[in-house]
Amino acid sequence: MSAALFAVTGAVLDAPALERAVVRAHGEDSARTGDPGAGAVTTFLGLVRDQNLGRRVLHLDYEAYEPLAVRSFERIAEEAAVHWPSIRLGIHHRTGPVAIGEASIVIVAASAHRAEAFAASRYAIERVKQIAPIWKREYFEGGDVWIEGAVAAPDDLEARDKARRLSCA
Amino acid sequence: MRVTVRLFARLRDIAGTSELAADVAPGATIADVWAGLVARHPDLAPYERSLSAARNLEYSRFSAAVADADEIAFMPPVSGG
Repeated sequence: MSAALFAVTGAVLDAPALERAVVRAHGEDSARTGDPGAGAVTTFLGLVRDQNLGRRVLHLDYEAYEPLAVRSFERIAEEAAVHWPSIRLGIHHRTGPVAIGEASIVIVAASAHRAEAFAASRYAIERVKQIAPIWKREYFEGGDVWIEGAVAAPDDLEARDKARRLSCA
Repeated sequence: MRVTVRLFARLRDIAGTSELAADVAPGATIADVWAGLVARHPDLAPYERSLSAARNLEYSRFSAAVADADEIAFMPPVSGG
């Protein structure tokens, strides 16, 4: 069975499994439309970093509103498809404790050509940070703290444009 | 009518629970649900300006009406990735 394209999981992320699932989905699209098959696949891994704001980080603990997070990933893929119609995206995010150097997120983009795959991948991670209902608690030497970034507002076109600009930089 | 309220991250910590039932009047909005929550947990009040809400797994405005048995979520600023 193929991995789901969009998932939130407490398990260690399996990037090759997501790559296979995204390439398979892209192939199904191509078979249907007659467009070229995948010629480029990008895999973005977000890792837990050992330092943040000058603090020595011990580990992160992620919490998610799981069903809404999965819907947010689907929405991000739909948005990306408006800009890059022939791409396929997959997004998996981990929850629970994640050690330094382990992946908290994997984003796979498949397309006929590399430019679209790179752009859609960058767009997706920017949008995840803007609208996915996921929170990280940072455990560092001397304490722990919730990290709070963007106020999630999926219909905020300014934020969406910002993600688009970054993806085309 | 009664709705289920879901809280996450810092909001959950402050309220001391991730889920609670709330009784609201007919015609109530998400803003009314939040006001009732703040009445029970006044420490949540400062979060009103940096809050997102969802109704039945859709992001929603605070002016949206709620219905019996809805799941209403309140979320602090997100930090995934």
